[in-house]
Amino acid sequence: MTLLGRVWVVAESARGGPGSATLELVSGARDLGKVVELFTWGDEAALAAAVDVLGGYGVTRIYSVGDIGPALPGPLVAAGMAGLIGAGDSPDVVLVGASCDGRDVAGRLSAKLDRPTITNVVGLKLAEHPGLVAEHTILGGTQTARSRFTGPGPGIFVIRDKTFEARPVAASGVAASGVAVEVVPVEVVPVEVARLGRTGAAQVVARHVEAQKGPKLDEATVVVSGGRGLGSPERYALVEELAALLHGAPGATRAIVDAGWVPYSHQVGQTGKTVRPTLYIACGISGATQHLVGMKGARHVIAINTDRDAPIFGVAELGVVGDCGVVLPRLIESLRTRG
Amino acid sequence: MRVAVCAKQIPDPANPARLDPVTRTLDRTERLILDEADSYGVEVALRLVEAAGGGEITVVSMAPRGETGGLRSALAMGATGAMLVSDDHLAGSDALGTAKVLAASIRSISVDLVLTATESTDGYTGTVPAALAELLDLPSITFAKRIELEDGGTSIRAWRQTEAGDDEVRCALPALVSVTAGVVEPRYPSYRAIVAAKNKPITQMSLAELGISPDAVGAEGARQVVTDVVAVEARQGGEVIVDSGDAHERIAVFLEQLKVI
Repeated sequence: MTLLGRVWVVAESARGGPGSATLELVSGARDLGKVVELFTWGDEAALAAAVDVLGGYGVTRIYSVGDIGPALPGPLVAAGMAGLIGAGDSPDVVLVGASCDGRDVAGRLSAKLDRPTITNVVGLKLAEHPGLVAEHTILGGTQTARSRFTGPGPGIFVIRDKTFEARPVAASGVAASGVAVEVVPVEVVPVEVARLGRTGAAQVVARHVEAQKGPKLDEATVVVSGGRGLGSPERYALVEELAALLHGAPGATRAIVDAGWVPYSHQVGQTGKTVRPTLYIACGISGATQHLVGMKGARHVIAINTDRDAPIFGVAELGVVGDCGVVLPRLIESLRTRG
Repeated sequence: MRVAVCAKQIPDPANPARLDPVTRTLDRTERLILDEADSYGVEVALRLVEAAGGGEITVVSMAPRGETGGLRSALAMGATGAMLVSDDHLAGSDALGTAKVLAASIRSISVDLVLTATESTDGYTGTVPAALAELLDLPSITFAKRIELEDGGTSIRAWRQTEAGDDEVRCALPALVSVTAGVVEPRYPSYRAIVAAKNKPITQMSLAELGISPDAVGAEGARQVVTDVVAVEARQGGEVIVDSGDAHERIAVFLEQLKVI
């Protein structure tokens, strides 16, 4: 199976260095193409951090549209990429993470290039015929569909978190294809974007960040999650308390996020975060496939629900048919006593 | 104020979904209903038009077999009229093909604002809103959980969901906004409104009228194929106990065994 020539990974550069999603994508890209390049946006400090880290992940060039200020990334980043591709500097494939900004960039780029996208990718491999085969789940997460592009490239894949594993080059030195990967200094190429006009009109005027205690939901080894079966928004405090006691992160189903009990940042599922903790405790969660899709990678699952027939019991290692309002306070008390 | 709301008509999610055995794409031959995700778009449109002191809401949809059931639901909520594009050549359209059809329809009317859901309940690619905005040469604010009109109705302020909270974003109209589920409570139409909806206009447009070539849309235009579909390995369930007062102890023991405590 032949490696593609060039793979572009599209991701934001943050001050603290490339995020886990970026590291996952560039690592996965090394198994798909001979050359892995990043297309990004961010200020000088963020770019410097990216250069520092990504050389060790096999990235050889970083294209950047620079600090976008209060603009939203979609139109600018898509325009920057389309400009290069239109001028003949084109990758064989584009990989974008399935974040809000990622979907915006992918959608706009798709329209500008008149190239299709394959989204919600949970697997991406080289295929026997030249090209890539992508996997995405359908029918509520019960089936995996394999698909590929049939027209001219570059195709655009929108990839879910935790599809690939973040692996620095130093750790392996050799890509899955057997080709030795050497670490070379990263070349930085600034990309000028001509004035956008109307599509660039949206401007961020304020950013609100929720104060976060404890580990990030998609990085926590323990996640304690709540759903409608908790009974009332006040009961969510029990979920948070148990999460804190276990040094984990609190999660939520889409149902209670939509109902306004907790912010979207807590949401686990198809349209929320994908989590792969060592332990997932599902409290008052029925186990709709929309939710399972986001957490079935957990190593161990405990479920508490009053409904004996709730689908969650089909995936839980330990299931308790009971009332969270009764079981959780007792569990918390018991854990506190144990010290 | 003139608003276009994109609406998808989908097989009822309560029924088990089926795949077309030949194309391995979703079977859409049964009766279709309004995607619940789009009821939020309709509700937001109604509230904004009310806040602006009046206007028109056109629901725009691409659906097979001239389906209008879902559109009547949106009209019952209070939309003014609807536009439907229905053509056999559209079968198997991907996100970009869908965006091309919606864009062509919306170009035929004059609007200040285009509203969509963030993604459809059955396809959930989430790329149609941004592709549509690009094709219409509009700015976009996606994943908006709240929207307000400003500057005498010539611009909007929206709160856009982020990984860690939200960003307040301002934008001059015309613009496209995609709204998250739960952003508002969609109104439940009265019986009278449901009856009145039967007389509201639904304009059908053909691909030819929209100037779209059949090979730019549908399965051919999608330029991708599903090669096969395999079952996902199901997780196995384990022990299930009924709480009779000490289930919490069983959990605590389990946690100890996992060395989580």
